[in-house]
Amino acid sequence: MAPSISTFRRAICTRVNASRFLASPSPFRNFSSSTEDSTPFTVDIAVPFKGHKIEPPPQVVETSAKELMTFFKDMSRMRRMEIASDQLYKSKLIRGFCHLYDGQEAVCIGMEAALTREDNIITAYRDHCTYLGRGGTLPEVFSELMGRKDGCTLGKGGSMHFYKKENGFYGGHGIVGAQIPLGVGLAFAQKYEKMKAATFLLYGDGAANQGQLFEALNMAALWDLPAVYVCENNHYGMGTAEWRAAKCPEYYKRGDYVPGLKVDGMDALAVKQAVRFAKEHALSKGPIMLEMDTYRYHGHSMSDPGSTYRTRDEISGVRQERDPIERIRKLILFKEIATVSDLKNIEKEVKKEVEDAVAKAKESSPPDASELFSNVYVKGYGSQVFGCDRKHSTATLS
Amino acid sequence: MAISFMACHALAGTQSNINSTIYCPSRHQPLVSGRLDVRRICVSMRAAAEKGHTSAASLPGIPRASKLITSAVAAKSEATTSSPSTKPGHEVLLFEALQEGLEEEMEKDPRVCVMGEDVGHYGGSYKVTKGLAEKFGDLRVLDTPIAENSFTGMAIGAAMTGLRPIVEGMNMGFLLLAYNQISNNCGMLHYTSGGQFTIPIVIRGPGGVGRQLGAEHSQRLESYFQSVPGLQMVACSTPYNAKGLMKAAIRSENPVILYEHVLLYNLKERIPDEDYTCCLEKAELVRPGKDVTILTYSRMRHHVLQAAKTLINNGYDPEIIDIISLKPFDLYTIGNSIKKTHRVLIVEECMRTGGIGASLRSSIIDNFWDYLDAPIMCLSSQDVPTPYAGPLEDATVVQPPQIVKAVEQLCQ
Repeated sequence: MAPSISTFRRAICTRVNASRFLASPSPFRNFSSSTEDSTPFTVDIAVPFKGHKIEPPPQVVETSAKELMTFFKDMSRMRRMEIASDQLYKSKLIRGFCHLYDGQEAVCIGMEAALTREDNIITAYRDHCTYLGRGGTLPEVFSELMGRKDGCTLGKGGSMHFYKKENGFYGGHGIVGAQIPLGVGLAFAQKYEKMKAATFLLYGDGAANQGQLFEALNMAALWDLPAVYVCENNHYGMGTAEWRAAKCPEYYKRGDYVPGLKVDGMDALAVKQAVRFAKEHALSKGPIMLEMDTYRYHGHSMSDPGSTYRTRDEISGVRQERDPIERIRKLILFKEIATVSDLKNIEKEVKKEVEDAVAKAKESSPPDASELFSNVYVKGYGSQVFGCDRKHSTATLS
Repeated sequence: MAISFMACHALAGTQSNINSTIYCPSRHQPLVSGRLDVRRICVSMRAAAEKGHTSAASLPGIPRASKLITSAVAAKSEATTSSPSTKPGHEVLLFEALQEGLEEEMEKDPRVCVMGEDVGHYGGSYKVTKGLAEKFGDLRVLDTPIAENSFTGMAIGAAMTGLRPIVEGMNMGFLLLAYNQISNNCGMLHYTSGGQFTIPIVIRGPGGVGRQLGAEHSQRLESYFQSVPGLQMVACSTPYNAKGLMKAAIRSENPVILYEHVLLYNLKERIPDEDYTCCLEKAELVRPGKDVTILTYSRMRHHVLQAAKTLINNGYDPEIIDIISLKPFDLYTIGNSIKKTHRVLIVEECMRTGGIGASLRSSIIDNFWDYLDAPIMCLSSQDVPTPYAGPLEDATVVQPPQIVKAVEQLCQ
């Protein structure tokens, strides 16, 4: 029995609310914005924020034509990438575990809009799109997924281990919940080095029941670390619905003494607003918890059909009414920033990009056999274990 | 057998303050316990000699010893282990040596910080971090709540960005709660990130069987962590190597687990004044010899040294190696020794099943099978939870008489 997703679905369906969403009483309204126009205008956020021990931010967010077009293109690229990964998995080029993010794109896009590369993001295994958002490239993603040497972690990490240190993306972790203390460590380092940056720790509604989250939250709150907990609540922890796993499925309230905010995670602009607000809070007052109300179309992973614990109607219902890309498309069309065919062209472009990247990745070769032993230890450490005459080495660890 | 006054004076010159038990060489019974008192030994030995109990000199085939050896380690001037120092050095207890090493590295590099329970204001449950919070502040010497999994994870996350944290487990056994972080994140992130992240973390704390601390506080974590790839493990056993290993571990780019022992914190030794480090991958040749290679580490080193006094007086010449590096093994030093003696005895505190001795044994068989004249003997602790009662606890770990018996058996 599927739970009712939320009352928001019903709220957004009414025409009144739809027009409230799309109309903007801003004086900057421009009927013929070009796609490169950065002139800011404000948009109302339809679904109200809900605060826990905190006053929520205003329900309006500033954006621009350029930003909306970027959102559309980036989210389309992410959607295409996940669909391509699905096909690659089914043709057995990707093996093992493959957790797809389609449906949740608004969360990482909205976050990137509000953050800089000085801020850190750490997440669990549903990291392909988060990686892309942090400056990863499509060939790197596909190479890594197929275990080739041009992958972002040299083919040795796989789907669950994407990292990009220089852009502040710390992964990519297989054991859910374990990335939270790591993230608090990243925030600790930011405070130690007196950086004006925050760390965003992403986890799901399943991992929200891990004890180490609360241990780490206690420490973050105790020492005022700039850590923002972001629960990507897609309502299912693999096959278990949230109400079956959590006594209190209001994840933004679970911080207790730490304030929380519930956000419509399918609305990239709402996410942007909330993340900007959270970053300010983290830098001045300490940790805060965000709950992104989002949804994944695929199952938990490629080995899960995703329909044994929820109905197909539910999935298609969310797709029709709350899809993040459709929302941005409607806004762009309403604001006449671009035409229907412009957007279709962008989608075609993005599809080609993805296809090219897949082709390029397929050409890449698997890692060399010597890579089995590389990066176990840091190079330069006395990495050879010798037999007793020093000429014959028994193992080389590099 | 007369013991000359010269010999007695020679004995009086040795600076051993280690609490030790001297065994009567012929009877394996304690002659003197507690602090080494040379004059009492001389008197008792003379009395024993007059009564007709002789030392090894009366055993067939073994040369008459001209003076009784009470220290298994060669005299200071010939010792290969003592610090080659030019200045006189200073005496410290082992925990003070650790503290010195830690303090020097914290002064040198502002990225070095300490995290653990009661390390700050309380000064550390074994006083290793005493005074550091006052000196470096609460952020650099961080008192954490009781959440091993999380603060170890936090330290690893901080290390990913470039800080160099030192995590103290109040007792190593508590770090079992952090096993996931240590194994998956600490050990493996350098590999799974394709070399992007280094984790220059030091995880340290006291472990091993103590004085009736109970089963859960007497764990030997080295046997649990030894198969985690990407970790380095070292065990300190004297103030000299404690300070050296602490400094080397902090400077290392790899994650290092430094195993200390609850009962060794009050060992006293004279260490150099100058800055020095010990190599993290090198074993220590404690005593050169030719009859048998005894491989040991941590507290068992001292049990071996006690047993060695008996063995030497019985005419054996054991080569004692403190392996120091538990992961990876220093097969170079160990191999050279086996090449010389052809017999190996491993004395460890881990349990028989799955301990360091088990791995060392198979490493030696893989690499040095042709050089062995006898099966490798391994003395380990019993496969039981450590009982509380004193005599039972003593029976779970290897005691010097067992080591003596094992060597005698090996050398037949």
